[in-house]
This record gives sequence, C-alpha cells and structure tokens, in this order.
Amino acid sequence: MLFEALTLQLGYNATLVTVGAMLLGIAAGATGTFLFLGKRALVSDAISHATLPGVALAFMLMVAFGGEGRSLLGLLLGSAVTSAIGLICVSALTHRTRLSEDAAIGAVLSVFFGFGIVLLTVIQSMNAGRQAGLESFLLGSTAGMLWNDAVVIALGGTLVLLAVLILRRPMTTVAFDPEFAAGAGMNVRRIELAMMGLAMAITVVGLKIVGLILIVALLIIPAVAARFWSHRVGHVVLLAGAFGGIAGYVGAAISATAPALPTGPIIVLVAFAIFLMSLLIAPARGVLAAMLRHRRFQAQVHVRQGLLALATDQPIYERLTLRLMKRRGLVRADGVATETGHAQAARALLDERRWQVLRSDPAHADAAAHYDGLTPLDTVLTPDQLKALDQGLGPRAAT
Amino acid sequence: MSLDLITTEGHRVTSSTEFDAPLAIRGLTVSYGEKPAVFSVDATFHPGEMTAIIGPNGAGKSTLLKAALGIVKPLSGLISAWGQPMASERARIAYVPQRASVDWDFPTRVLDVVMMGQYRSLGLLRRVSGAHRKITLDSLARVGMESFASRQIGQLSGGQQQRVFLARALAQEADLYLLDEPFAGVDAATEKAIISVLQELRAAGKTVVAVHHDLATAPEYFDRVFLINTTRIAEGTVAEAFTQPNLQAAYGGRLATAQMGAAI
Repeated sequence: MLFEALTLQLGYNATLVTVGAMLLGIAAGATGTFLFLGKRALVSDAISHATLPGVALAFMLMVAFGGEGRSLLGLLLGSAVTSAIGLICVSALTHRTRLSEDAAIGAVLSVFFGFGIVLLTVIQSMNAGRQAGLESFLLGSTAGMLWNDAVVIALGGTLVLLAVLILRRPMTTVAFDPEFAAGAGMNVRRIELAMMGLAMAITVVGLKIVGLILIVALLIIPAVAARFWSHRVGHVVLLAGAFGGIAGYVGAAISATAPALPTGPIIVLVAFAIFLMSLLIAPARGVLAAMLRHRRFQAQVHVRQGLLALATDQPIYERLTLRLMKRRGLVRADGVATETGHAQAARALLDERRWQVLRSDPAHADAAAHYDGLTPLDTVLTPDQLKALDQGLGPRAAT
Repeated sequence: MSLDLITTEGHRVTSSTEFDAPLAIRGLTVSYGEKPAVFSVDATFHPGEMTAIIGPNGAGKSTLLKAALGIVKPLSGLISAWGQPMASERARIAYVPQRASVDWDFPTRVLDVVMMGQYRSLGLLRRVSGAHRKITLDSLARVGMESFASRQIGQLSGGQQQRVFLARALAQEADLYLLDEPFAGVDAATEKAIISVLQELRAAGKTVVAVHHDLATAPEYFDRVFLINTTRIAEGTVAEAFTQPNLQAAYGGRLATAQMGAAI
C-alpha cells in the first residue's frame, strides 16, 4: 500500500495531494530558511493561527451570498486577509510599542485563533450539517482535493519560490546584519515584511494539505535540519527546499494510505525524522561528527603533549596519553619510548623550539598568529624561511 | 550659495564649502524616549580627513553615526552628503557596524560577507562576475585576510571578524567611511592593520569617521577629533580639541587626571 502511494499509484486524488504537498514543502523549506536565520521563526506561528477567522468569515460570506461556501480559492482569500491583519498587528505592536516580539506573537496568535474557533462554533450552530469540514483546515486533509485546488497550491508555491529567488540577497543581508543593510540604504522593515508576507503565502497555500496549526513546522523544521549540513546560506536554502519537498511527498503519500490519517501531522513527523537524522549524522554540524572531531582533536593534543614529555625526559602520568601513544607505537607496553617514539619526540621538540624563536621575533608576527601548540611549523613557513629561522636556534637543537 | 546661521553658542556657521562636504550634520537631535541621546549637534567632515568621534559611554557617539545614516530616525536636524540628501548618495557611503550587532554563527563564509558590500552593484538577480570576485578578494587582501576567504565566519577571532567587516566596507568602493568602534576588542595586529587601511583611504582623499573610545591612541591614529557628550564639546585637530577644559566638559569626573595628561 505504501509502495503504491509512494509511486503515485493510489489513484488520481492521492496523486494530486502528494505532488501538491511536495511543491508546498519545497517552497515552505526555502522560505522558512530566511525566517529561521533571521530569528523570526515564531512569527509564522502567529500568521498561521490568524488565518482561522478568515476561513470562517469567508465561508459565512460565501453562504450569505448564496454560494455553497466551499470554494477553496474563496476560503484562502479570506484566510489571507485575516493573517495579513495579524501580521500587521505583530509588526505594529513590536515597532510602535515597547512590547517585545514574542509577547506580540503570543497576543496575536491566541486572540485570532480564539476568534476563529468562536466563528467555527457559530457556523456549526447556524448551518448544522453544512459546516463543510472547515475543521479540516486545522490539521490538513487529503480528502476531496480537486484538480483546481492542486493548481492553486502549485501556482502559489511556484510564485513564492520565484519571490524567494528574487529577494534572496536583501533577505540574507537583513537576516545577517540589519544595521549594515539599513546603512546601505535597504528598507529593512519592508524586506522583513516581504519575508513574512512570503511565509503568509505559504501558510495560506498550505492550509488545505497541512493545516494551520502545523504549517509552522513545515516552514521551520526543514531549515533547521538543513543547517546541520552546511555553512552557506545558499546551500541551506536549497537543502531546506529539498527536505521540505521530501517531507511533503512522503508524508502525503503515507496519509493517503488510510483515510483517517490527517496529512499535516504525518508530514511533520516525516520532517522530524529528517531533522533527527541530520542532527545525528550530518558531517558539518551533526552531533556524531562533532563528537568524533572532538575525540580526534583530544587525541592529537594528548600525543603532542606526550611526545614533548618524552623529548624532555619527563614522566607521562595521564592514562589516556599513554594508551594513545601505545596504540600509535610510540611507547612500549612498559611505558618506554620506542625508536619511532624517540624520533617523533625529537621532531616535536624541534618544532616547538622553532615556534618559540618565531614567536619572539616581531618580524614573524603574522606567522606567529598560526601557533596553537599543534600546527607543525613547516606547514606555515617555506623551507627557506625555516632554514633562516634555524640559525637563531642555537647549538642545542642541532639535531 | 552661502548660508550663515549663528546660534546662541555661536558655532553654527555654514559656508558653501561646508555645505558640499561629504557629511554635514546640522542641529541633529536624536532621542530614545524623552532623553536626548544627541542634542543639537553640528558636525562637518571633509575629504582627506580622518576623524575620531570621542566621548564617554552613552555620550551618543554611535547614535550620531546611525542618525547620520538614517538607521535611527532623528527628532530634528538636517543631514547632507556632498550637499545632497543622504538617501541619494548612499552608494558613496560605507558603514561598518559594531561587531557585536551580528550573529556570528550565521551560515556564511568570509567571502560571502565581503560580497555583501557589492549587493548594490549586483542588484537582485545579476550573477556574481569575475570583476565582483576580484574586488572582493582585493578587499580581503587589503586587510590581510585573503587566506581566510572560504572560512566560516564563526571560526574567526574577534579581530579577524572586524577585518572582514572592514573588507566588506572596502568592497563598497565608497568615498565616505563611517566606522562604529572598529577597535573594540581586537588584537594589536588587527588594530595596526585597520589603522593602516584607514590611513590609505585618507591618503586617497576619502573621508573617514570612526567612533573611538581610547583617548590615549586617538592623537596617534587620527588627525581630527570630534568630542561629544550629548552635545558637541569640541571639533578640530587633536591639539585644538584635547584641552583640559574640553576633556573636563566631555568626561567630567569620570576621567582621572593621569589619563587626561596622557591624552594631552
């Protein structure tokens, strides 16, 4: 069943949802990266919760004008209006009062969401039986998606991606260094609003599939996961898009295998799995890689210290040092230095002596900045420079 | 055009040459809340001059720079650049903010940060060309950081970070350079490197204005000082500005007599 879902063989509707969710995920991941890097991740939570009253009001309006009230485009337009109002409220509260942004987010999020829930209840009582499953906008649903709905999602996602491409330089600059951006004449406030406007567009477009409560996860988790893999903004954006796309595709496919599975939570769980994997195994910033790097560095330090102790005939007390040196064949089991041990110790001592001379010479100030107790000097100086330096070493080090 | 405005303090004189200066500030007041951080300050900075803005903590030094750039909104006052409104001359101005204002764990390399200095000429969509790359690398070389181009910025020391910021300003190829505390928390080698770059800029006829907090090194590094403590205390050559009464006015009791002696 899952295999059929993943290969898009579960029928027309499931295929629409799966492809739609993938496009949404790509756009959400790329957009969310800028929110995450600009430390505005939670703004998207306020924006998404502020969509609910819009959905309800749009439904009521459409019914009042004699429609069926279920047109996705109409509902999304309504959600866009109230979430834009919510966004403006957060922005105004932060800039015009002394309220901090987190407080503004908390206030806007709860008030708008509460209002939306009240409206949903009103709809239920006034139009019993015709609620049209508005509560599916809370957690997303794959049921009853139409071709037109898929087109709305695909088009919206593509437009947002284009906007991200166009605005990537100003958004990166503002996220990294807003003061420099302002000094260079960028309108920082407008760029931030544009960034959050894009998040709003993602939220609105994603209402149907992911739902408003969890869309924040699709904006943020792919970016956080991607950050483990790269130190470059461009790569993080691309990776986040890819992760978001995978989460959307796989999540929607899984949820299509059983009618009762809500789409949003499944997509979020898949995104979380990607996050967890990144956290553990990513080579750039992953936990495992960091641990290995630390162990390797620690070993390097211990061996260097051990070699210097050998060279100056000092005893080595630390167990770890002895063990590491034994494993490298530098000392025998009884702690006496081997042939290689003596040779490497002499070399380490010479290196250290050279560094001492170098660091006491103001002419070498630039090279001296490379000293960290571990770097061999011959990786910093040319052989000719080394030769010149050795003349200052004195007779003791003529090994 | 010659415009003379004499205030009660008698120092607000604007002539036509002053009006064309790279940076002219007139009657600038900036206030956070209801206490002015900068009050009715006049300042003029000329080409080929290197000026230190000096004053105690909270004297409004950084605020003066930020207001000049339009980063903070002034309550009153006029700012002009080469006789034009500041907004129209941005391309000729480079700004080096305080190092602490930035998240140094941001996923970006040294090269990318310096490239930000050229986003204006790159625009929104143009691809980075060989010419842009060359300017970026040259700027890095001028601050002695070319071998760090592909390092992640979080791996740099404080002094190296400051040099990268300066390189980004150089990449803007500006005529007026405004620096906020460029020597704060940097090592001696960086301090030397920065000062020699700034002196090159001055020799090339650029205007350099830097917020500086060290009275002792100011005479050696800068040829002019602008002494501020909310209001302007003095402006001129080091010898003119660093007089006992001026320093007393700027620092009050906060300055030990010994330090004052060192500065004078």
